[in-house]
Amino acid sequence: MYKYDNYDKTVVNERVAQFRDQTNRFLAGKLSEDEYRPLRLMNGLYLQRYAPMLRVAIPYGLLSAEQLRMLAHIARKYDKNYGHFSTRQNIQYNWPRLETVPDILADLASVEMHAIQTSGNCIRNVTSDQFAGISVDEIEDPRPYCEIIRQWSTFHPEFSYLPRKFKIAVSGAENDRAAVQVHDIGIYLVKNDQGDTGFKILVGGGLGRLPHIAVVIKEFLEKKYLLSYLESILRIYNLFGRRDNMHKARIKILVKAIGAEKFAEMVDEEWQQVKDSAMLLDDREIERVKQYFTQPDYDPDASRDDSYQLQLSNDQAFATWSERNVQAHKIPGYHAVYISLKAPGNPPGDATSEQMELVADLAEKYSFNEIRVTHDQNLVLGHIKQADLYPVWNDLKTQGLATPNIGLMTDMICCPGLDFCALANAGSISIANQINQHFDDIDYLHDIGDLQIKMSGCMNACGHHHVGHIGILGVDKKGEEFYQLTLGGSASRDAALGDRLGPAIPKNEVADTIKKILTAYVDHREEGERFLDTYKRVGIEPFKLSAYYQSQ
Amino acid sequence: MRIIKDKQIQQDDWTLIKDPQVNGSLPEGDIIVPFSYWKDNQDACSGHKGKLAVMINGDTAMTDLASFLDKFEMIALDFPAFKDGRCYSHARVLRDRHKFQGDIRAVGDVLRDQLFYMQRCGISSFAVREDRDMEDALNGLKDFSVTYQSASDGSLPIYKTR
Repeated sequence: MYKYDNYDKTVVNERVAQFRDQTNRFLAGKLSEDEYRPLRLMNGLYLQRYAPMLRVAIPYGLLSAEQLRMLAHIARKYDKNYGHFSTRQNIQYNWPRLETVPDILADLASVEMHAIQTSGNCIRNVTSDQFAGISVDEIEDPRPYCEIIRQWSTFHPEFSYLPRKFKIAVSGAENDRAAVQVHDIGIYLVKNDQGDTGFKILVGGGLGRLPHIAVVIKEFLEKKYLLSYLESILRIYNLFGRRDNMHKARIKILVKAIGAEKFAEMVDEEWQQVKDSAMLLDDREIERVKQYFTQPDYDPDASRDDSYQLQLSNDQAFATWSERNVQAHKIPGYHAVYISLKAPGNPPGDATSEQMELVADLAEKYSFNEIRVTHDQNLVLGHIKQADLYPVWNDLKTQGLATPNIGLMTDMICCPGLDFCALANAGSISIANQINQHFDDIDYLHDIGDLQIKMSGCMNACGHHHVGHIGILGVDKKGEEFYQLTLGGSASRDAALGDRLGPAIPKNEVADTIKKILTAYVDHREEGERFLDTYKRVGIEPFKLSAYYQSQ
Repeated sequence: MRIIKDKQIQQDDWTLIKDPQVNGSLPEGDIIVPFSYWKDNQDACSGHKGKLAVMINGDTAMTDLASFLDKFEMIALDFPAFKDGRCYSHARVLRDRHKFQGDIRAVGDVLRDQLFYMQRCGISSFAVREDRDMEDALNGLKDFSVTYQSASDGSLPIYKTR
């Protein structure tokens, strides 16, 4: 993974000093709340319902064991012994004291981490595929480009006061595991007819109040133009994005208003002027950054092992876990292992200090010291030899980290909701609990199979409800929590916004209603058909009928 | 008034006339008038004895201004609120595309914590908000000793020096 040199270290250390000074000036009354707000937000610091919330950047979801131990240490020392992994591969602390935040940043800087641009109207932490560099469907490893974008966007002087937040995701694989099409800029690594690898550029994706799927504005961009093209998009957005209404300020609104074609023209016109400037990315730099993402020293004999098959047939619980949580790896004999942060009763995405430390230990012992955070709020150990799967599983169980539910309906995306967030209209963690209690039959869950439930406590859509196979949106109806369901959304290559099922339902009926929806699925599915595919084939009517007009 | 220029606090004689009277007489001395006013009142402006600069804002189309740039030794950029970042792009286009060599001045809600970015975008003088401590604001120019990306302060991407 990327290692800081003296330049990078200087930047994060100077940032700590700058933020400490800004915070001191705020506490001394020399900076108004209005002036301090964007400064603290650009450092991931929110003032929340009960306490500040600090969001720490995990660039493209990649962590070393040492870094994860530091995150555990921070949770223990400054917070309530846990952290929350977010849908943009970051971690959030919900209970730090404002006065201690500069110290937290100093601790982070000591392990090459920071909270730079994790919030605010600037370019946010770039996200990517949790299987970057290891998946069988990869065209090219996206991480070097993520790192190049990270550096370019860090304290970009022109784009630190944009109309609104700006999110970029990069995927290098056939399957999209990074929700690329719901980002302000989405980037796919692609091959052209000549066999060269370059970028397909999409713009204007985003969720929130006015959800949009991104549109392609450049089918193939040569690698050397990556930064000049991004800069051109950002400049057009900075100049022409709306600033009069924060709900209409995202780039998706601009693209929609003037049309994707016109937008692409404006970007192109700008780009022609800057494409050969100092931003031209030379091969030397690309190769230099690639050196940080080379293959680890894999054991060539990893596949010569009989124990894995034996354990699978001897231990049903291990086999069940393996079926859901163990994923293919491009190297024979290796696997990627999902660590579910969605145990029943656990707020989705939360991990305790002890859990983080266990994962760090396992990464050190078995997985080349490396951990990945997924956009659906789980962790991944990227390189586990098949012979090590059984001991890894046994160790994970000791901290409640072996829930065999990856991709199943209990593997929900969920925002912090009314329990923590000042924006929320309704609880979401309590709904996750309700669903977990209702659907506690593991055989039923496995029978239902792949099903993504995504849940947000308000229309800002931090829980990505629009793109859930089943989306749940918390709304406030005269002071009571109600939930609006949508069906058929997706954040993958077939990205789509879900369709509204019908009127919002009361809080205590959410799990029941999902059960009715699933009854319709079971009635209509064909052999081996996923929920989403059945929905696409038969449409919303059978689900509506089952949810609203039939008693169970 | 006092401004920041060349990394120090200086006395400055420019006067910003935000709302000049149409066809009225302009005050004497070195003045800054809105670009839109200048365009519509070029006769009145050409008779002005002192130096004259124009102020643009986020709404100004740079293509409008570009052909007149050689008439001005200074362009002022109006930041009605520090969160309005459009003039950062204007500054960069003035420097990089139109090779504007004169002074580019930030006026309006100009505060310490934005000066570093402004400077990197090619803004060369800062009319810091009057209720703020100038000495303190000067520190804002020194927030970072290392920057990653090329900008309009002559810097190259950091990887060129790695």
